[in-house]
Amino acid sequence: MTKVPYEVYTEEVETLSVLSPDGEIVNKDLLPELSDDQLKEIMYRMVFTRTWDDRAVNLGRQGRLGFYAPVSGQEATMIGSEFALEKDDFVCPGYRDMPQIVWHGLPLYQAFLYSRGHQHGGQIPEGVNVLMPQIIIGAQILHAMGIAMGYKLKKQKQVVITYTGDGGSSEGDFYEGLNFAGVYKLPVIFFVQNNGYAITTPFSKQTAALSIAHKAVAAGITGVKVDGMDVFAVIKAVRDAAERARNGEGATLIEAVTYRFRPHSLSDDATKYRTKEEEGEWNEKDPIARLAKYLEKKGLWTEEDTARVKEEAKAKVNEQIKKAEQTEKMTIPGLIDSMFEHTPHDLEEQKADFK
Amino acid sequence: MAQMNMKEAIRDAIRVELSRDPNVVVFGEDVGHVGGVFRVTEGLQKEFGEERVFDTPLAESAIGGLAVGLGIQGFRPIAEIQFVGFIFEALDQMVVQAARMRYRSGGRYNSPIVFRTPYGGGVKAAELHTDALEGLLAQSPGIKVVVPSNPYDAKGLLISAIRDNDPVFFMEHLNLYHAFRAEVPEGDYTVEIGKANVVREGSDVTIIAYGMMVHTAAKAAEELEKNGIKAEIIDLRTVSPIDIDTIVASVKKTNRAIVVQEAQKSSGVAAEVIAQINEKAILHLEAPVLRVAPPDTVYPFAQIEDAWLPTPARIVEAVNKVLNF
Repeated sequence: MTKVPYEVYTEEVETLSVLSPDGEIVNKDLLPELSDDQLKEIMYRMVFTRTWDDRAVNLGRQGRLGFYAPVSGQEATMIGSEFALEKDDFVCPGYRDMPQIVWHGLPLYQAFLYSRGHQHGGQIPEGVNVLMPQIIIGAQILHAMGIAMGYKLKKQKQVVITYTGDGGSSEGDFYEGLNFAGVYKLPVIFFVQNNGYAITTPFSKQTAALSIAHKAVAAGITGVKVDGMDVFAVIKAVRDAAERARNGEGATLIEAVTYRFRPHSLSDDATKYRTKEEEGEWNEKDPIARLAKYLEKKGLWTEEDTARVKEEAKAKVNEQIKKAEQTEKMTIPGLIDSMFEHTPHDLEEQKADFK
Repeated sequence: MAQMNMKEAIRDAIRVELSRDPNVVVFGEDVGHVGGVFRVTEGLQKEFGEERVFDTPLAESAIGGLAVGLGIQGFRPIAEIQFVGFIFEALDQMVVQAARMRYRSGGRYNSPIVFRTPYGGGVKAAELHTDALEGLLAQSPGIKVVVPSNPYDAKGLLISAIRDNDPVFFMEHLNLYHAFRAEVPEGDYTVEIGKANVVREGSDVTIIAYGMMVHTAAKAAEELEKNGIKAEIIDLRTVSPIDIDTIVASVKKTNRAIVVQEAQKSSGVAAEVIAQINEKAILHLEAPVLRVAPPDTVYPFAQIEDAWLPTPARIVEAVNKVLNF
């Protein structure tokens, strides 16, 4: 050796892509096996979720919802990744990932209650394997790791998926989670929805790595980058990751490149940090439009179907927001009693101040 | 009955629970193969296997998060944070995630976790190994904080903590691991969390302490006794929640009290004890309740730690002040 091999890792990863924006299959070998009914179900969920998002933004403006993080644009990553899992797999969401836990079994009115700041929103029904959305960015990654270790210790075959964003991939917890999962070969999928912005901060300020998928290298786990506007690519990557996990082959980091069509939250103004041109380019990549084109060509979907699902979604949202609004309010004594299994004597006494 | 030091008593408690409940798991940095830097868990991996007692990567937040995740899965994690100053790395997982799990899930999930950590000064350790951070933890809703002062209590309290369905912070004073041996029953027994103990009876003044300071207070009480002053010592054993009833019963008898803590003076456990005495027993007091505590500085480098920590002499001085008020 004549020179010290100082080197920055410069090998690009390929982006997994199956369905083009025109609705064409560009990589037939990677097309996940899905029945016609499954294809229609995926489309149903994506259209439903877009409509729910539209309605939620309006409800937020009317003051009928609290904190709400819009999801439009990310339907392929959210719906596709959850669809690729089994019902008894476990979902650990970030704050924007309400669709995944709703489609995994959380009743929609409870999602609304969570947004409205009601404890019952987080009271996940028995048999639904999800956590509540996590506010501390990246904290859920470590919970996913612990839940995955639990499955491993119990010799059960379930896998865990956890979500964060491009911003979350800069957190210490992200690295600790990936590294730990690598050491113990845990059955967990780290799914990063890279939508280009952590609130206002662009991806270029998150990392100098060529991609988030590259970060798997340092943890000794599998990493892959997928087109996050392509629901088939997402399903393929998650199914493969889940299969590896179930076979004892450990964790996978999936980076899905996507875009949120709306601002970060209802109090954010995306025009301050994104251009109209950029938004326009991403609108062309709409995950729902491209799946619709594909399904229409196969004779599985029509515009009337979209209209019908939108009406169904609106009716369901109306019914569920009313149910949320009619749920009995929390009380301070109730809050006090929810802190511990057995309320300590000093806390018990404090109830007297709130009668 | 066996004679054990506090380290052996803690190990015995963990062994009892590992044997009794298959959901108990033990992990942390270096706790598996060698049994921790203080060898508290020595031999347990060999006895119970690598799936029950294991080493983690050096990542405190991940240790906390692992405990939370395993708790959701129905395990009873005993997670060791190697030294108290390292809890800051894991504070989100402990006082945000574990402590809020029951509340934010409306009881659907809980965190039956014990976070064990050595704490406390006087051993000439490296920086950030010896702070007394129990006040910081006690201020955090949703967790209990236990600080044993002797082998018997340590074992009984730890078994209670492991069986508790909510997170318990269990703080083990570095200076007490090997300080002395005492009788500790074999097998299974518990000491109730949230109950203080009158470790010395007296009628002139109440000294409230916990952890190592119980022993410092005992030395002061012996000095006071020489002058005919009978001090009653209350060992809090749990600093969150505080057993105010035991304190009030004592204050009604002595009418004077001081609180000794190893943590910096302000906004800590002593302040809380005094506030509660004020709320419940002010008319029984003949003098203000004083604190004996280090100044509000960082924990000092080893060279001056003995001067910084409360001493029997400073406790005697405070007692004399409340007696002569």
